[in-house]
Amino acid sequence: MTNWVLAAGPSLGEQFKLNFIDGDRWKWIVDGLLATLEITAVALVIGIVIGVVVAAVRSSYEKNKDTMKAKGGVGYAVLCFFNAVCKLYLTVIRGTPTVVQLLICYFIIFSKWTNGIPVAMISFGINSGAYVAEIFRSGIMSVDEGQFEASRSLGFGYLPTMRYVVVPQAFKAVLPALGNEFIVLIKETSIAGYVGIMDLTKAGDLIRGRTFSAFMPLIAVALIYLTLVMLLTWLLGKLERRLRKNER
Amino acid sequence: MNANDVLLKVVGLKKYYNGGKVKALDGVDCEIRAGEVVVIIGPSGCGKSTFLRSLNLLEMPTAGEIFFEGEKINDPKIDINLHRQKIGMVFQQFNLFNNLNILQNVTLAPTKLLKQTSGEAQKNAMDLLNRVGLADKAQNYPSQLSGGQKQRIAIVRALAMKPDVMLFDEPTSALDPEMVGEVLEVMRELARSGMTMVVVTHEMGFAREVGSRVLFMEDGVIVEENEPNAFFAAPQSQRAKDFLSKVL
Repeated sequence: MTNWVLAAGPSLGEQFKLNFIDGDRWKWIVDGLLATLEITAVALVIGIVIGVVVAAVRSSYEKNKDTMKAKGGVGYAVLCFFNAVCKLYLTVIRGTPTVVQLLICYFIIFSKWTNGIPVAMISFGINSGAYVAEIFRSGIMSVDEGQFEASRSLGFGYLPTMRYVVVPQAFKAVLPALGNEFIVLIKETSIAGYVGIMDLTKAGDLIRGRTFSAFMPLIAVALIYLTLVMLLTWLLGKLERRLRKNER
Repeated sequence: MNANDVLLKVVGLKKYYNGGKVKALDGVDCEIRAGEVVVIIGPSGCGKSTFLRSLNLLEMPTAGEIFFEGEKINDPKIDINLHRQKIGMVFQQFNLFNNLNILQNVTLAPTKLLKQTSGEAQKNAMDLLNRVGLADKAQNYPSQLSGGQKQRIAIVRALAMKPDVMLFDEPTSALDPEMVGEVLEVMRELARSGMTMVVVTHEMGFAREVGSRVLFMEDGVIVEENEPNAFFAAPQSQRAKDFLSKVL
């Protein structure tokens, strides 16, 4: 039954001992997992901060450009400038592979930093920010214009309207897409090994190189990612249901 | 504000789209006095909604002047949000805030903009909800209500700001026929209480019964203006005759 894995090789129990118990190699997996979680968590926060700012600029521009253009003045020029910067950022980040961005961050931009982990946090955060920004923007644009007008007609300005009416509805609308982006981010950090970080994937690969036994470490790594993603999916589902209960 | 004072005054109002190719409003002059119920009728696309939405600057006019309580409000130096607090608006699509329950919908603007305490705002809200017979829906969300109920709540939400004038943009056009009556009844009641109202509608019976003046618009101008009974009995212009022969 087990022999389809390695014909006439060691039993699963022996493989397990070889890969994880001998030389305390399980600690590599634990360290790698911690690195993966650290990078993901910080990148997530950076990504959300960048995403919120970029989405705010882009949607403010789209919603106000006509009235502001009519009024003229410095405000319009400033908004145009920031909108152009945001668009450039989105184009560059979404137009180049994540691994190339990581290499550029590590070997060029932050080449003086010896520890790769903070570089990876920043690099993945900047990358994720671009996608989060577009998710938020799509959410803001998806809220019916009538909601916006009703709030303005009561006397609320642009920002209070966003705060009390539009953003709460937009957030609910984008939660599934945002969850998806977080899942992608967790898995994308598996390229951190390119810049000498021992994340979960690299840990598994190092064990494979040491023991010449691929099955155990790689399957273990895959199962850990799978568990993480399932856990996140479950949490997001719970949050989504709780937000929806408000309405029904 | 005394009866017969001019509340809203519009001079030479024009609204062009696409650089002047589409003339939604092509020179409208009009005065609305305190206590009046002005009903605006006309074929679809005649500019009546654009005109109404210009009165609180949801549409920015291309040219012309709008005065509210003696102050020119389409001036870049004016804080339009302060004036909008006194101009209530009711929309065709109700536009209740979907993320808030009914009580929150009604109390949001009074607490945030008029700085009422939440106890005060809630008491006012419940009084108003009682007046329209919907006090039992205070804790419900908009998605749980019928169209007629939503529109009555929307009227209450606008009234909670204690406006000097109420604008109605086809308030019954999106309703199932059996719900039109309950909304018109609330509006009738409001007119009897002395509220100044500007109503864009297709309900000719309502216009005749409740209106103190009828404006008939076509092609972006006011073609005819008269006391309702006289207007409906003997329209002067050929265009008004054609229109009434189609809708009555």
